[in-house]
Amino acid sequence: MTLELAVAAALFVGVVAYALFGGADFGSGFYDLTAGGSRGGAELRTLVDHSIGPVWEANHVWLIYVLVMWWTGFPESFASAMNTLILPMLLALLGIVLRGAAFAFRKFAPTLGQARLYGAVFAGSSLITPYFLGAVAGGIASGRVPAEGRGDLWSSWLNPTSTFGGVIAVGTCALLAGVFLTADADRAGRASLAASLRRRTLGVGLVTGAVVFAALVPITHDAPTLAEGLRGRAAPLVVLSGLCGVATLVLLLRRRFAIARVTAVLAVAAVVSGWGVGQYPWLLVDELTLRDAAGADATLAGLLVVVGLAGVLVLPPLVYLFRLTQSEAWSEH
Amino acid sequence: MDPTWLDLAQVPWAAEPAGLLPARQQMALSLGWHIILACFGVAFPAMILVAHWRGVYRGDEVALGLARRWAKVSGVLFAIGAVSGTVLSFEMGLLWPGLMGPFGDVLGLPFAFEGLSFFVEAIFLGLYLYGWGRIPPKRHLLMLVPMALAGVVGTYCVISVNAWMNMPVGFAIEGGEVVDVDPWAVLFSSGALLQFAHMWVAAYMVVGFVVAGVYAAGMLRGRRDRHHRLGFTLPFVFATVAALVQPLIGHVLGLRIADTQPAKLAAFELATETESPSPLRLGGLLVDGEVRWALDIPRLGSIIARNSFTEPVQGLETIPPADRPPVNVTHVAFQTMVGIGTLLAVAVLVYWFARWRGRDPLANRWTLRAAVAAGPLAVVALEAGWIATEVGRQPWVVYGVLRTEDAAGDNPQVWILLAATATLYALLTVGAVVVLRSMARRWRAGEQDLPSPYGPEAAAAGGGRRADDAS
Repeated sequence: MTLELAVAAALFVGVVAYALFGGADFGSGFYDLTAGGSRGGAELRTLVDHSIGPVWEANHVWLIYVLVMWWTGFPESFASAMNTLILPMLLALLGIVLRGAAFAFRKFAPTLGQARLYGAVFAGSSLITPYFLGAVAGGIASGRVPAEGRGDLWSSWLNPTSTFGGVIAVGTCALLAGVFLTADADRAGRASLAASLRRRTLGVGLVTGAVVFAALVPITHDAPTLAEGLRGRAAPLVVLSGLCGVATLVLLLRRRFAIARVTAVLAVAAVVSGWGVGQYPWLLVDELTLRDAAGADATLAGLLVVVGLAGVLVLPPLVYLFRLTQSEAWSEH
Repeated sequence: MDPTWLDLAQVPWAAEPAGLLPARQQMALSLGWHIILACFGVAFPAMILVAHWRGVYRGDEVALGLARRWAKVSGVLFAIGAVSGTVLSFEMGLLWPGLMGPFGDVLGLPFAFEGLSFFVEAIFLGLYLYGWGRIPPKRHLLMLVPMALAGVVGTYCVISVNAWMNMPVGFAIEGGEVVDVDPWAVLFSSGALLQFAHMWVAAYMVVGFVVAGVYAAGMLRGRRDRHHRLGFTLPFVFATVAALVQPLIGHVLGLRIADTQPAKLAAFELATETESPSPLRLGGLLVDGEVRWALDIPRLGSIIARNSFTEPVQGLETIPPADRPPVNVTHVAFQTMVGIGTLLAVAVLVYWFARWRGRDPLANRWTLRAAVAAGPLAVVALEAGWIATEVGRQPWVVYGVLRTEDAAGDNPQVWILLAATATLYALLTVGAVVVLRSMARRWRAGEQDLPSPYGPEAAAAGGGRRADDAS
């Protein structure tokens, strides 16, 4: 494995991790938004607080990791993507800022009125952020980001692939969040809450699955290079995501929530990996390959040192955090 | 308008890319806002650690109560710090493609290490904030240690990039291409350590004085219980040490500028001409090339800036006009920082001298008022210091290598972005202040856990009461 491929793989692990963990946090905004009135939705909103409160900042760091690995490992392509996709990037960023701040403010809001305001901001921005990040991915995957100069400011993210990318991102986030929240509610012994979440998660899963496979049609015309990769090298991942998606729905139907978390994670990881593998060896599709985009070898080697250190310093406490938050003792509070 | 801006107006912006000025202001706004929160990320965990440690190991319930509240406050501050830091990550690429494209792989590695520390910090923050009552107390306390260490490492990493912008290392330029990249040289550059020390200690000054000031304000309103005295003294001790060490660090750091960035030193000192020995020029502005309204103290400039009785401060006349920074902004910002720093150092000395003589300075209302003012003053000094070093480096973004105008993207619409960002940050500031003040009010009213107003606990405890509060 070449140096730039190793760094690209490590970077893409970050993309998948952000899509899964950051995605599950963003997705909870969907259920928060549709939880109903302040009295009826109180139980669900409190569950959202408890579920993502301890982990959202750690999950958010995956985004920082991806950005830093990108600009350090593949600097010119980072500058190009930021230059062309400045609008969706800014809109995603706006969502990130509003989501984080409003979530923290809502938790300590003194009045119901303020909590409702912050709650609406939190939930709304939780939906726009994945949409625009998905649109960014679509712009890159459909070859609309030139390696040099600036591509079209608008059509680079207002196009079929970006639109489907955005919708799929929102859908997968909501699916993940739904499965995790249902499992949390079930573990905490809140039967009626778990039942309502299960119903809605099933709906989200059906719609998202349909959109993912419907997207394959327009992508064939709009992003031929990606489509070719999805039909070829990435085909096993596409199949895997389909199987895991169906398994998740079946497990939800049969109320096997703990295992459904695993299949949901696999399904989404497979979708995201399918995109990555599908567009390999391009970093900016049809414009710049990973090899040509790579920065200096010494820097790439340095990044691998950072990745190694992350494995030692970050993963163990991260696992500890997740184990604690997914344990019985934490759910009771 | 403030006359210092006249100098800025002389810069021929018309010839520069449309995106340059708004990009600069955008970066200044988002950095200037984030740096305050970053200070809390760096320094607050150490203070919480001391309070929490007293609570756990000395059975000090008041200290434990402080730790519990500070943890909740840090939950709010770190959240907005995390997102405002993310803004900067995006802006590196959105605003400065000419820097990140060619130099991303030169300056990126320290950011990768910073990302690593931020990861550790965020994980242990989650464990600490939500560990109350869930993790055994002594282990729970330990969660603060990696948090505090990660804050320090992260600061070093970010500062090493800024030090690299001041003293570029780790690459060569051949035929317009960046070659021979050595990212480790950036991370371990000789320029980084002192600059890091300066910022690290500044974080303790800012957080120490601000937090102490909050409790001083409480005492001014007659709340003179042990909670307020400890809440004042603990951060004030941190601030004291920091305020006394800072002038020394600043002085040593300043000495090297004569060699590394003479134009910046000339602007700091408002040295229009090379004089041997150089005077210390207090105040003053450069108007039409003439220094006005300055108080010159003979020889002192050479002594302070060069550690010598004769060595001159190299004057601006030796710097080509195209390479001169905006002199007045740099000079005023620098002297504001030094002035406030000196004032704070003297003030803490007076405070502890009075204590040593057996007086209780906290009984004096003017002491308390000064303590309240020290927080905002420390913030002003912090901002002034960053303005001095950043504006003083201009017109370069990478000193002597890359001009800021060549790093900026061509985004004339950035003005709209700047207006939007200013509005957003103003709203976030208001939101944070309202939430933090309401938390303090509810704590004073005797509430402990501050349940969310829509939660079942609130409903069970009579959610309507809070609705009354709002009216």
